[in-house]
Amino acid sequence: MKSNLVLLEFLFFPGLLFTAVAGLLTSWVDRKVTALVQMRVGPPLLQPFHDIRKLFIKETCVPEGGAIGLFLLAPLLGLAAVTLASMILWRTLLDVEATFVGDLIVLIYLLVMPALSVMLGSFASRNPLASLGGSREVKLMIAYELPLVLAILVPVIHANSIRLGDLVTANAPVFNLSGVLALLVCIACMQAKLTIVPFDMPEAETELSGGALIEYSGPPLAMFKLTRAMMLFTMPVLLVVLFFGGLVSGPGWLPAVIGFLLWFVLVALTIVLRNTTPRVRIDQAVRFFWGPVSLVALLAAVLAWLGW
Amino acid sequence: MNGTINALTRSMNVFHLAGSACNNCDIEILDALTPKYDLERFGMTLVGSIRHADVVLVSGIFNRKAAIRAQEVLAQTPKPYLVLGIGACPCTGLMFRDSYNWDRPPSDYMNIDAFVPGCPPKPEAIIAAVVKVIEGLRSGALVPRCLLEEPAPADTPVTEAADTV
Ligand code: SF4
Repeated sequence: MKSNLVLLEFLFFPGLLFTAVAGLLTSWVDRKVTALVQMRVGPPLLQPFHDIRKLFIKETCVPEGGAIGLFLLAPLLGLAAVTLASMILWRTLLDVEATFVGDLIVLIYLLVMPALSVMLGSFASRNPLASLGGSREVKLMIAYELPLVLAILVPVIHANSIRLGDLVTANAPVFNLSGVLALLVCIACMQAKLTIVPFDMPEAETELSGGALIEYSGPPLAMFKLTRAMMLFTMPVLLVVLFFGGLVSGPGWLPAVIGFLLWFVLVALTIVLRNTTPRVRIDQAVRFFWGPVSLVALLAAVLAWLGW
Repeated sequence: MNGTINALTRSMNVFHLAGSACNNCDIEILDALTPKYDLERFGMTLVGSIRHADVVLVSGIFNRKAAIRAQEVLAQTPKPYLVLGIGACPCTGLMFRDSYNWDRPPSDYMNIDAFVPGCPPKPEAIIAAVVKVIEGLRSGALVPRCLLEEPAPADTPVTEAADTV
């Protein structure tokens, strides 16, 4: 009986259906704000849904000589991982006692999966441009994971727990110096994790013409797009949970409103960054993340250790 | 109007297949995609990979070697898709008519669904043509040629023999 309930939660709320709808709406916000920045009208509200629906009626082309099984399974892997991650997050937000000890570590691993699935899919497609995109994705992942995990350590040290339920109810770490530094690091890493400008070199439209996803068409491409949209929704939620914990938990409607506003600010920041920066090269990105960003993250962790 | 056509016409990803055009048509196509004309209002975006394409815009002519490659590119497009010929070149060959290195106009060996006449057509003309194509698809007057069962005469490949020129 209980397992049936979990399956329903996975498929509908707060799993696949909820996250997909929220993610597509977020991607509409992204496109609309981009359009407004460029002084044009932009797509209608339901455009992301139409895009996904259209991809489901298209033919699925599989590249000759590619690893077909892996090619078709990779998008499912990413979609399942981001759904699970969102589910863990939202169960925490709905009921702080519902989660288990160590779910933060599971979450970090799950959020690596979408990048991994893009990488596997691109290598399986046996296309030279896709392989280039895939290898850039790997390098980018190696670059941002180190500072991201260091920065996530800060709220963990403050709350003295690795359970999301405790992090949500603890005092918001962002009121400390170390919390602010870690939040800045996390915003930079989020931009790279979502592979949007300035860190979108795996998909570089102009030089790799679609990059890692170049060979994908039809439903598998739809799943990748859905995964991306869901990540765009989930990553800011994670940051809100980690850094604004105490503010967004508790009874009444006020924490929910504050949480939504904070989430929106984070999304808007991402979009504005995307529209005002050029794409950097992969070596510049690695240097950026392993140099200044990692140092700041380390400093934040040490400060948190000292109780700042 | 069936679901397939409805889904297709609401979200069209455009791929630009530039042949040996005199480049004016290519510039007008890019013009039509700039923020001024804002084609994203209709859900149209430019894509970089033919696998993501729903509409292929063909401009200019193809010489004998390029024609074979162009046919290959069209064969890689996931169905259903539309092919639009931009300018007079894909229809007739226009000023390249007497060139030594070409064989036939693209309309002879490609399944082109609609032509946008002009040399070059204005961005407004391209947008008007796309709107007419969408209306035609929705009313059933136009069926994507890639979905028709019988192989169109356009499926015949260009002869490789002429490569010796
Ligand atoms: S139709 Fe005219 S403008 Fe367009 S490519 Fe041909 S010659 Fe150039």
